[in-house]
Amino acid sequence: MTTRTLEWIIERALFLCAALSLLTTGGIIAVLAFETYEFLREVPVLDFLTGTEWTPLFSNQKFGVLPLVVGTMLVSSIAMVVALPMGLLSAIYLSEYSPSGFRRIVKPVLEILAGVPTVVYGYFALTFVTPLLQQIFPTLSGFNALSPGLVMGLMILPLVSSLSEDAMRAVPQGLREGSYALGATRMQTALKVVVPAAFSGITAAFILAVSRAIGETMIVAIAAGQQPRLTGNPFVPIETMTAYIVQVSLGDTPQGTIEYRTIFAVGMLLFVMTFGLNLFSTWLRERFREEYA
Amino acid sequence: MRKHADVIFEFVSLGALLVALAALAALVFDLVSDGGSRLSWQFLTNIASRNAENAGVYHALMGSIWVIALTGALALPAGVAAAIYLEEYGSRSRTARFIELNISNLAAVPSIIYGLLGLGLFVRLMAMGQSVMAGAATLALLALPVVIMSTREALRTVPNTIREGSYALGATKWQTIWNQVLPMALPGVLTGLILALSRAIGETAPLITIGALTYIPFAPDGIWSKFTVLPIQVFNWVSRPQPEFKANAAAGILVLMVLLLSMNAIAIVVRDRQQRRGRA
Repeated sequence: MTTRTLEWIIERALFLCAALSLLTTGGIIAVLAFETYEFLREVPVLDFLTGTEWTPLFSNQKFGVLPLVVGTMLVSSIAMVVALPMGLLSAIYLSEYSPSGFRRIVKPVLEILAGVPTVVYGYFALTFVTPLLQQIFPTLSGFNALSPGLVMGLMILPLVSSLSEDAMRAVPQGLREGSYALGATRMQTALKVVVPAAFSGITAAFILAVSRAIGETMIVAIAAGQQPRLTGNPFVPIETMTAYIVQVSLGDTPQGTIEYRTIFAVGMLLFVMTFGLNLFSTWLRERFREEYA
Repeated sequence: MRKHADVIFEFVSLGALLVALAALAALVFDLVSDGGSRLSWQFLTNIASRNAENAGVYHALMGSIWVIALTGALALPAGVAAAIYLEEYGSRSRTARFIELNISNLAAVPSIIYGLLGLGLFVRLMAMGQSVMAGAATLALLALPVVIMSTREALRTVPNTIREGSYALGATKWQTIWNQVLPMALPGVLTGLILALSRAIGETAPLITIGALTYIPFAPDGIWSKFTVLPIQVFNWVSRPQPEFKANAAAGILVLMVLLLSMNAIAIVVRDRQQRRGRA
């Protein structure tokens, strides 16, 4: 074999490994689409998307996914109320105020916070945060949306803060100096110059955070309960899309039954929602990169 | 007035940061106070038991080690090869750009979706069953985007003069990559791999989805063996109402965190050695 042939074979082999990522995406879509198609042959798509009762595991089966979607939205919104403002403020502090020594210590600690396994946060929500909240709100149920929502916000905070900080540090120093030269304080500079200049990067971080919250599984599987319920009340047990998939996976549901297919249909919905958000976030970041290139 | 607002704003921002750090401190304190007393040599060497006092994590710890070792063995070659292609060969082609976009999107797909892929593809279609192999293959797909992205970073730090020098001596492209570029990028590649694996070792949802059991009283004896892992054992204990099992869960988490932090420490040591060598 000549060297040239060998080089050609190696390049093709490397390309195949790179293409494995396309196969992964293709595989996800194929697996989800196949089982979802089988599911939708038995349940009309409109009943699935607009139904308000979700009882696939009871004898009186109803396949309205809205309670799971609303549960997911409820917990994610609580998480966002915590993660977005606190993450943004942390990022402003780290990027605009903090002495570099402080930054060098705090950033790795925030990375630890981001690296803690989610099952640990679930434990924290159930055994620490919920009892603490029950002292403030005596009506709070042992499983609820509030506690996992708050803890999920804590989990996502490092993601928001680190991506927003990257976006703000990419803002040219000249803009800040121009602002100071006009007599602005650091707060005015941060809020009226730096944040607007980094706006699309910060928005991209926020969207990625929402996507992460929607897909988060173990915190809600442990601390939010297993009762699909169409409610905006954060004090009662609910169930999210991800927690439902876990609940069915733990049981002994035979392949090929409609109960088994529900997890793929719910998974498909989850995939479409997060994939859309991720694409939007990537698009925003790309646009942002061009601004100061 | 403006000055006051500035100072207040600085403290509010700092406060947000400190609340996050305080929560981390509360988490650590809660874990140690709940589980610290359960930690013992017996806890590490005993297997799961109906009796909370006698229960240990040996089977789950071994399961985690098996799964992670195999995940690394699968993700490293595939991830490095993909990164080499994207960085050294095809970085300007349209296909490569598309693959890049796809990889960054895959990195943000929820891990439970990978679990559904593993269930449909590895467990059912390829009939691997609920084995260590199926779990590792699922986690390898999950870890791949991270391995690819960190390997590309590492390849980018190798100066172009090294490549040009190698070409000037008559080496082919692959000889240059294999003999010059990869050895120089190796510490960065390994750091990225360890960080990807330290994330994979804490993954619970995808392994529950492929059907890794929550109660399994033995350590795996091969890649086709059924298994459980530490986070799943923790989840199992958390889900029980008795407080003794909650203490076991906290102790299990402490074992998991020690494992995680030591992997991170290894990654930092490797990175430091690389930087020192870079300066010399």
